[in-house]
Amino acid sequence: MHSFGYRANALLTFAVTILAFICAIASFSDKFSNQTPSAQIQILNINWFQKQPHGNDEVSLTLNVTADLQSLFTWNTKQVFAFVAAEYETSKNALNQVSLWDAIIPEKEHAKFWIQISNKYRFIDQGHNLRGKDFNLTLHWHVMPKTGKMFADKIVMSGYQLPNAYR
Amino acid sequence: MDWQGQKLVEQLMQILLVISGVVALVVGYTTESFRTMMLIYAGGVVLTTLVTVPNWPFYNLHPLKWLDPSEAEKHPKPQVVPAASKKKVSKK
Repeated sequence: MHSFGYRANALLTFAVTILAFICAIASFSDKFSNQTPSAQIQILNINWFQKQPHGNDEVSLTLNVTADLQSLFTWNTKQVFAFVAAEYETSKNALNQVSLWDAIIPEKEHAKFWIQISNKYRFIDQGHNLRGKDFNLTLHWHVMPKTGKMFADKIVMSGYQLPNAYR
Repeated sequence: MDWQGQKLVEQLMQILLVISGVVALVVGYTTESFRTMMLIYAGGVVLTTLVTVPNWPFYNLHPLKWLDPSEAEKHPKPQVVPAASKKKVSKK
């Protein structure tokens, strides 16, 4: 500790180490938050349902998404990434997941929302298996913290079905 | 800075930084503001820098006692015999 440079270096190193500790504890404090998210998705309309020239089925839907993700936000949350995926089974694949809509929620105030929208991303099958298909609509979310590990969870809503014939 | 001063500086530095960290964490958690925590900690680091890095007078209260020159003459340094080889001999 006998020179300016020596002391400055020691201070900087120790300060950064303590910063790392603070961030680790802040990230750990997220475990104590009580999280009760809720969501509902309604299919208002099947806009069209066709077989493409390449042989794949495609559907266009109008969805009504209602969700309350406010309890996911803690002091250590930077943003929540939410997306709606249609999940179904075919003879070729045990699980097909097609992302229909997503959003980045930067603040708690925006986390309780109601949105009516046609699917942001195209719902295209690998093949032509969608006629009369039962599928789940799942709202997934990824909570991105300011420091620490990102974690993801979902709510599965089942009971949706596509029509038996193309329209 | 003398030896006592250096010891004091090291202790002060560690204590001040740890306290800044703890206070920052507690205030940030209770106000639910990450930004507050970071600002308090940054303030604490700046304060610690001002207290510990410059060579303040209160770190020099126990200066080293060097021997008198007369005392040093009583114990002469050993003479170095210059060698015949071309090696450089450095006299202290």
